[in-house]
Amino acid sequence: MNEKSVDVLVVGGGAAGLAAATAAANAGAQTLLLERDEEAGGVLNQCIHTGFGLHRYHEELAGPEFGYRLLTELTRTGAEVLSGCSVINIDPQGRAVEAMSPEGRMTIHPKALVWASGARERPYGALMAPGPRPAGIYTAGLAQRFVNIHGFLPGKRALILGSGDIGLIMARRLRLEGMDVLAVVELQPTPGGLMRNVVQCLEDYDIPLLLSHSIVGVEGHERLTGVTIARVDESRRPLPGTEKHFAVDTLILSIGLIPENELILPFTPIDTVNRGPRVNSLMQTEVPWLFAAGNNVAVFDLVDSVAAVGETAGRSAALYVQGNLPREGSTHLVRGKNVLHLVPTSLVADVPTTIYLRASRTMGQATLHIGDVISRKLPVVRPSEMIEIHIPQDVLTRLTREKEARVEVIET
Amino acid sequence: MEKKLICVSCPIGCELTARIENGVVTSVTGNRCPHGEAYARQEAIDPMRVLPTSVRVIGGELPLVSVKTDQPVPKRLIWQIMDHIRTLSIEAPVKIGQVLAENIMETGANLVATREVRLAQEQSPSRSALFE
Amino acid sequence: MRIAVIGGGIVGSLIARELTRYDADILLFEKEADIGWGVTKANSAVVHGGFHETPGTDRASFCVEGNRLYESISRELDVPFKRIGAYVVAFSDDEVPALHLLYEQGLENGVPGLELQDRETVLTREPHLSPSVVAGLWSPSVGITEPWGLAIASVENAVANGLDLHVAEGVTGLDVADSRVKRMITGKGEYEVDAVVNAAGLFADRIAEMAGIAQPIISPRRGEYALLDKKVGPLVSSVIFPTPSDISKGTLVVPTIDGGILLGPTAKDLPAGDKTATETTRDGVHEAIEGARRLVPDLDLSLVVKTFAGLRPETPDKQFIVGQSDVDGFFQAAGMRSPGLTAAPAVAQYLVHEVMASALNLVKKRSFDPVRHGIRKVIELSGEEADALIEADPSYGSVICQCNHVTEGEVVEAIHRGARTLDGVKFRTRAGFGRCQGGFCTDKILMILARELNLSPGSITLRGGESEVLSGKVRL
Ligand SMILES: Cc1cc2nc3c(=O)[nH]c(=O)nc-3n(C[C@H](O)[C@H](O)[C@H](O)COP(=O)(O)OP(=O)(O)OC[C@H]3O[C@@H](n4cnc5c(N)ncnc54)[C@H](O)[C@@H]3O)c2cc1C
Ligand code: SF4
Repeated sequence: MNEKSVDVLVVGGGAAGLAAATAAANAGAQTLLLERDEEAGGVLNQCIHTGFGLHRYHEELAGPEFGYRLLTELTRTGAEVLSGCSVINIDPQGRAVEAMSPEGRMTIHPKALVWASGARERPYGALMAPGPRPAGIYTAGLAQRFVNIHGFLPGKRALILGSGDIGLIMARRLRLEGMDVLAVVELQPTPGGLMRNVVQCLEDYDIPLLLSHSIVGVEGHERLTGVTIARVDESRRPLPGTEKHFAVDTLILSIGLIPENELILPFTPIDTVNRGPRVNSLMQTEVPWLFAAGNNVAVFDLVDSVAAVGETAGRSAALYVQGNLPREGSTHLVRGKNVLHLVPTSLVADVPTTIYLRASRTMGQATLHIGDVISRKLPVVRPSEMIEIHIPQDVLTRLTREKEARVEVIET
Repeated sequence: MEKKLICVSCPIGCELTARIENGVVTSVTGNRCPHGEAYARQEAIDPMRVLPTSVRVIGGELPLVSVKTDQPVPKRLIWQIMDHIRTLSIEAPVKIGQVLAENIMETGANLVATREVRLAQEQSPSRSALFE
Repeated sequence: MRIAVIGGGIVGSLIARELTRYDADILLFEKEADIGWGVTKANSAVVHGGFHETPGTDRASFCVEGNRLYESISRELDVPFKRIGAYVVAFSDDEVPALHLLYEQGLENGVPGLELQDRETVLTREPHLSPSVVAGLWSPSVGITEPWGLAIASVENAVANGLDLHVAEGVTGLDVADSRVKRMITGKGEYEVDAVVNAAGLFADRIAEMAGIAQPIISPRRGEYALLDKKVGPLVSSVIFPTPSDISKGTLVVPTIDGGILLGPTAKDLPAGDKTATETTRDGVHEAIEGARRLVPDLDLSLVVKTFAGLRPETPDKQFIVGQSDVDGFFQAAGMRSPGLTAAPAVAQYLVHEVMASALNLVKKRSFDPVRHGIRKVIELSGEEADALIEADPSYGSVICQCNHVTEGEVVEAIHRGARTLDGVKFRTRAGFGRCQGGFCTDKILMILARELNLSPGSITLRGGESEVLSGKVRL
């Protein structure tokens, strides 16, 4: 068993982890990053479509290009990267992280840890859909790896369940590679992904988007042979008589991502709506030496935001190790009306920050309130697009006078 | 003739109406900012798209390299460009940014690699000998 | 002497293993692509105590004896088995007499350690149970296991002792002459045989028909389940039964061997022909969950990782059919309804050693080795053991399944032990069994299968037959 001590250990080499490790190393911390795959980049490697990096690099990059840039930035810092290495256990008392790679087992003793493990896809089983379990049902990310990394198509005719961005992107991708994509089916009355993807992935290829529909059955004993869907009422119950049948051999699921926090869950307080650790604006969890960033904190839309919170987490972890992390009292952000995901969940005085939030429903004109200090008009609010709001120092000073600030989005 | 469009230049997604006469956009309404007008003028007449896809790699550690057109190409040519891309192959190693086809279908756009693909069996340099 | 066992479920597998103790050619035929994919795959995985069974029946004695045998057989075959005990709980004074009846029945059947307990004791031991519990019956000998794992293990052990295994080879006919079994026909060939054991589960009536035996129809009774991720934690520490109804033991809350919690099963009789109707239904899953909630109210349904259904092979009189038939050389272990999993080791021993051995004049061989070692789970090894293994073969350090920490080495080992499909790897290693249900690892496992078996990825199936996972390539 190898043992090693580092200042900052970053777990996960996706966008958040790469940005965090770079920031930590640039802040002077001895930094090590562990990535379970052979290659850093995380989910970016399989996302070969463009649309990444408009905020960070002011360019439209493909996923692998964005990952490559982050990795290049990290390599310049001299931080160590160990790929093909999975963390299998964390002992919070001893602050020891156990990992395993083809070189053997190892225990790492970090002074601070940045948890950046990303999210997993919600599986078919979680739908509790009735019917058999034939081959031909894949989560969108799995199908994406089959196509983009391994070079295999999952089938001939597909139906896509869920209009999240991955679902929309895969509709176009499968179509371009010669599969028939019969429709994208969405439970909600509005699309789950970006408008831009609805236009460029579905409308461009005449792929119908069926809103307020749900799957009511699948057929096939060995391989999938068909899927039946139906319109749903307001409480999402299928309406009898509205069934439509599609003869497909492939069902692709884009039904949500779940933050992956199993290893820190036993000792880290979680925000039940985000399904990730509660973090302050330094991306510090309520376990002082544990920082977190990326889709394991809450599912973000844009990799640019993920990289930004990653940088914050990495810098904060380095400051923590150096004993320089601000310790001013914090102000809790409390969810008011119409707020789903909210990052961070508390503000630290004197640390200007960006608040990311997701509304729980679509609204036309709306006003975002944060405490009694911020009240900002928003032309349109959609759950599919996170709201980002920068909090400069002067506003922060006023916000952090109180112990709590309510965040809500009110239709106007 | 009128064409209804959704502006995709920013998350607001304004619903735009482009008035077209004799193949020329004469007015755009519904936009909140100039980006919307520019978008509609192009989109209503000849929509342009960046095309992301893959090209076959010979002798690489991966069978495919991801690629994109380095600038938007006319949407109406997408299928022809795809047909052309299907015939291409490139020998490993492939560098990120490497041009795999120039001025594809006379669009002025080049097809560039968006990742690197090393030669098969080449050792991953990122697995450092950390504990030696 | 050539003996063919038909059916590679828990019953056929254990019978095949017992037979390899004798000096004879033993063959096992399974129509599916792997062992344990019939009834054995989808059930409650409970090793019952025996108090549910009517005293004096074969079911009762096989169940109690089978339960006892699990201790040694799980050790020999390196299969997980935990005696976690069970509670049967009553929710009203009306139900208490039924608890007493079970208690009396259990005593008569020889079930060890039964105790009737009051509300306080029950709730102290199982604090998450519904507070409306009024009394409980505690049965310490009840256990949990991994049914398909036991079937696979006994076949592996049998193969090591000379078994000739034929998977993906269904039996389609039997030649019987002079009231004696002569020949067996499969989809792939014909075999001269001296004896046949019918352990074909739901299909045992069809096999009996092939032998010309009038036998009760075996009809499927579907049981549906929901499985909660291991994240749910120790909500209950023993198996929880409601007070039983006339037709079934009721909907249970069962801790699984790898830390999850199983809710179910329901009980719905299907037409005799629906022997493959393992699809779930909206109502069934709902019923399983609601039934479980009556026992343990605070169940977090966001932790459901999958729902599934199993089919119980029911006979009209609810009895097992074990023994010699009217046709010479045709033996049966059929109608193995619940508690068939529990009873299986006892049934196998009885049928082989007490019935077949004398009927066929079998002679024990000297070389039988009862010990089988399971696939090494790297995650469960000490640091030093893991390092030694990884040093010898670095693939044991490469984690493929993130949820259950299964390594490439384990996947390769599963393939070398007979896995040919994604499900084959999954049921042997638990890769893909966890909360992501294969979302992260399916592609990796598929590529490893193709590499190890020297097949194209396009020909790899989910579970045999025409269940191919892929179809066509991107850029030829
Ligand atoms: C919902 C449910 C819950 C249960 N819970 C429990 C429990 O908690 N505890 C307990 O003790 N018992 C339980 N049982 C009962 C237990 O699961 C069964 O008794 C046991 O698994 C039966 O094993 P088997 O080998 O007889 O059948 P199977 O596992 O079905 O094996 C028969 C095999 O024969 C093969 N076969 C069929 N026809 C042919 C052919 N022509 N040629 C070749 N092969 C053929 C099939 O493919 C199959 O693999 C439960 C059952 C169900 C359905
Ligand atoms: S017109 Fe301007 S404001 Fe409206 S969606 Fe387009 S870019 Fe956004």
